[in-house]
Amino acid sequence: MKFIDEYRDGKAAARYARLIARATTKPWTIMEVCGGQTHAIVKFGIDELLPKDVELVHGPGCPVCVTPLELIDKAIEIASRPNVIFCSFGDMLRVPGSSKDLLVVKASGGDVRIVYSPLDAVKIAEANPAKEVVFFAVGFETTAPANAMAVFQAHQKGIGNFSILVSHVLVPPAMEAILSSPINRVQGFLAAGHVCTIMGYTEYEPIAQKYNIPIVVTGFEPLDILQGVYMCVKQLEEGRADVENQYARSVRKEGNLPAQKLISEVFCVVSRKWRGVGEIPQSGLGLRDEYREFDAELRFGVASYTAEESSECISGLILQGVKKPHECTAFGTRCTPERPLGATMVSSEGACAAYYRYRRVSVAS
Amino acid sequence: MCLAVPGKIESIEGDDLLLRRGRVNFGGIFKEVSLCYTPEAVVGDYVIVHVGFAISTVDQAEAEQVFEYLRMMDELGELEGTPQ
Ligand code: SF4
Repeated sequence: MKFIDEYRDGKAAARYARLIARATTKPWTIMEVCGGQTHAIVKFGIDELLPKDVELVHGPGCPVCVTPLELIDKAIEIASRPNVIFCSFGDMLRVPGSSKDLLVVKASGGDVRIVYSPLDAVKIAEANPAKEVVFFAVGFETTAPANAMAVFQAHQKGIGNFSILVSHVLVPPAMEAILSSPINRVQGFLAAGHVCTIMGYTEYEPIAQKYNIPIVVTGFEPLDILQGVYMCVKQLEEGRADVENQYARSVRKEGNLPAQKLISEVFCVVSRKWRGVGEIPQSGLGLRDEYREFDAELRFGVASYTAEESSECISGLILQGVKKPHECTAFGTRCTPERPLGATMVSSEGACAAYYRYRRVSVAS
Repeated sequence: MCLAVPGKIESIEGDDLLLRRGRVNFGGIFKEVSLCYTPEAVVGDYVIVHVGFAISTVDQAEAEQVFEYLRMMDELGELEGTPQ
């Protein structure tokens, strides 16, 4: 497919790997923020093409992985109610809550449906006026315009039986949380290309300056990632800390303005808890007061739920780039994609699941 | 989750900016996609699509830059001895 296949060319990848090797004189630790990049890196073995001195660590960029446990419990509670049609992206269904997951709710008779787009959930609400239709609105900035449009349309059309369970998170505050941690090892970032497609990249400039760290907005195909790593290594070697854009075929500096406009029409910035990491101030989106009537937490009275995370799972450290999946004592034994203990084992973009799928043999030996 | 794929717009329907939709071809698979966030997109453009919404129009000139850079490095002799 155009704009995919040519970016997977093995020869060009080898040439970028060679450029990186030539540019590297010292050890560097670079974090790719987005789970889509993590998946591609492990799947195509991009980290294995790099010189030993360049280490890639995997960031918090998988919304499925960072959605807090109590939110999963809230979803399960709402989906279990008899009059509810609960709509979600497929990868949220197997995320373990405190006692079960959404698939179990579905198997025991709950009306849980996988949708491709939040607009599909709005259509289901229109078609089923006697039911309450709830959409599980998780995601980063990339998904926020779609979820905002679903609420906006429901509001305009006066669809009273539609609501969303919101767990929207924002990338720059998580990057800052990682950088300001005393155990931080990240020296350069590959920023998430699709998040920046929506938001642009001016908000990364103060972060690059404050923490003296290069940030390269990067795409998702192997050549994109290799070029992003190369740009990042060059900056590190030259002692620069700039924001650069590798993924300019999709990302404009100012981002997607109509999308930003609708996000701020429907949502406002709020503090959010990240699974495995904890509360990060101003790190997510919640519904504005004008759209409160679409808030499923209020509608179903589940706003005050809390839950305790499993103590064995070290996904919090993995999401901050401090540990790798195979350093977890449960990895591949008590925790597998079929029986996940933590969220990073559930989503194919989670670091644990990617290692399990593509690296089990090499990490075992 | 932030997965978004490029596809080609084959046709466009609707004048209202918020309701503009396109039929997008992803290597032979067609999908109906909202174009409300890409008002500049026209038939024949490639758009990057995420959960049913086009989030950007692919800039064809910028798309070449990954390969341009390698060509430039070649000319500078930076890639000599590259294993084939
Ligand atoms: S392997 Fe499982 S238990 Fe261990 S960190 Fe990953 S998700 Fe958590």
